[in-house]
Amino acid sequence: MYSEKVMDHFRNPRNVGEIPDADGVGTVGNPVCGDLMTIYIKVKDNRIVDIKFKTFGCGAAIATSSMTTELAKGKTLEEASKITRANVAESLDGLPAKKMHCSNLAADALKTAINNYLEKKKVKK
Amino acid sequence: MTRRVYMDHTASRPINPEVFKAMKPYFTDIYGNPSSLHSSGLDARKALEESRTKVARLIGAENPEEISFTSGGTESNNLAIKGIAYRNKKRGNHIITTTIEHMSVMNTCKYLARQGFEISYVPVDKQGVVDIEKLENEINEKTILISVTYASGEIGTIEPIKEIGKLASNNDIYLHVDAVATAGKIPINVEDEHINLLSISSNDMYGPKGVGALYVKKGTKIQPFTHGGGQERGLRSGTENVPGIVGMANAAEISQGEIEGEGKRLRFLRDKLIKGILSSIERSYLNGHPTKRLPDNAALRFSYIEGESLILSLDMFGIQVSSGSACTTKTLEPSHVLLAIGLAHEEAHGSLLFTLGKQNQAEDVGYVLEVLPDVVKKLRAMSPLTPKEM
Repeated sequence: MYSEKVMDHFRNPRNVGEIPDADGVGTVGNPVCGDLMTIYIKVKDNRIVDIKFKTFGCGAAIATSSMTTELAKGKTLEEASKITRANVAESLDGLPAKKMHCSNLAADALKTAINNYLEKKKVKK
Repeated sequence: MTRRVYMDHTASRPINPEVFKAMKPYFTDIYGNPSSLHSSGLDARKALEESRTKVARLIGAENPEEISFTSGGTESNNLAIKGIAYRNKKRGNHIITTTIEHMSVMNTCKYLARQGFEISYVPVDKQGVVDIEKLENEINEKTILISVTYASGEIGTIEPIKEIGKLASNNDIYLHVDAVATAGKIPINVEDEHINLLSISSNDMYGPKGVGALYVKKGTKIQPFTHGGGQERGLRSGTENVPGIVGMANAAEISQGEIEGEGKRLRFLRDKLIKGILSSIERSYLNGHPTKRLPDNAALRFSYIEGESLILSLDMFGIQVSSGSACTTKTLEPSHVLLAIGLAHEEAHGSLLFTLGKQNQAEDVGYVLEVLPDVVKKLRAMSPLTPKEM
C-alpha cells in the first residue's frame, strides 16, 4: 500500500518534536477526522534554520509531516512557501489516492507556520 | 528474523490442515455433480447431505434441510434480509436492525430503504448491548423482520438473542441473526433461541473461504435471488461447491467439539491480554462488554494516537492486528460500530482489535504485552494531542 520511502519516514520520522521558542507555529487538521499536525519553525535571516513537527494520524500523515520538514529545512521563506502537497507526495514516491486529501496536510501546516511568523513580525514593527 | 504473532483472526484464518485434507478428494476423485443420477453424482450428493447434517448440528437445527449453502457470510446476510423483505412485503415493509451490524447487513438495509422499505436502527449501550426496550418500542403492525448480530466481531459483545427471539416470536416477526463471528465459538441453538434465519461463514471456523450457510427455519417465507437449476431447495441455484461445503462441515464439526476446551483457553489468553494492556498502558480502555464477549475478542483503544500508525508500528515487530480506524477502510469515517457505542471520533480512531486463534499461545500474549507499551509511548511522544505531563 505504501512506498518504501513512506515506510522509511514512518519508521524513522525526521525532526519530531516541538520548538519551545518557535518563531512560527502552524496547526492543521482535526482529530475528529483522524489527522492533526503542528509544525514549528525557527527563522533566521529569512531562512528556516530549524523545523520540528508533531502529528496525530495514520502512516501517511506521519510520513508527509516528516518529509515536509526535510524539504523545508534550510530554505528561504519564499522557497518554503512554494512547497505543495504534490511536491511532498512526489518526494515520497507517491501516496495511495485516498490518502492524498485526508492525510497529506503537512505542506498546509508549513504555510500556516510561515504566515504565523510573518504576522508576528508585522505586529512587532 | 522477527517473530510473527498473528492476532487478526476476524479478518482471515488459516484453514485447519485436517479440514484441508478432508476436502482434497472432492477436487480430484469425487468430482461428480450432486444433481447427477450416476454413482459419481450420488457420491457427491452423499457428501453434500452429510455436510448439511454437520452444519445443522452445530447450530441446533432440527432438520438438515433447513441449511442452505452460500458463498459466505455476506451472501447469507443479503439473502436472508432481502429474501424476507421481498417475499413478505404485502404483510409489511418495516425492518428493525441495530446500529452495530456488519456492513453486509447495514448496507443491505440501506439498499432496501431506497426501495421503499422502512428501517429502524435500535441503539446499543456503551458496552454494545442492544436496548431490548427500545427494540420492543419499534415494533409495529408493519414489522416483518428483526435482524441482529449475535455478536459484533468489532467489539465482541454477545447480544441477548434468546430474549430478542422471544420478543420476535411473540409478535409473529421473523428473526434473522448474523452469527458469522459467533458460530463455532459459543453454543448456538436456533430452536431454543427462536431464530428463524441464521448466517454463518466457513472461514471463521478455520474452514475454506468462499463458503457459508444460511439456516432458514421450516415454513419461513423467503424469496430466492439466484435463479437457475433450483439447487438448495430452490433458494440458491447453481452447482454446489462440494469441496468447499465438505470443508465447512468438517470445520463446523471440529469447532463444535472444541467449543468448551478451546473457548476456555482463548478466554484465558484474551483476559490476560486485556488486563495486561489496561494495567501497563495509561489511558487505554476496553471496547465492548467486559464479560459478555466472544472468547477470542480483545478490542481496545488508546487516547491521543491513531489506529493505522499503531498497526504499522506493531507490524514492524511482527504483530499483526486490525483497527476500527477510518484510514484502514474505504471510507474516511471511523467505524459505525465504534461510534454506536458512544465513542467520540478521535477515540474511535485510536482503536485496535486483537482477535485470537488456535495458533496463539501464552508466549504470544506476553510478547504483545512486552512490545505494545513502547509502541504506544513512541506514537504518543509524536502526537500533538498528548498532554505534557504524560
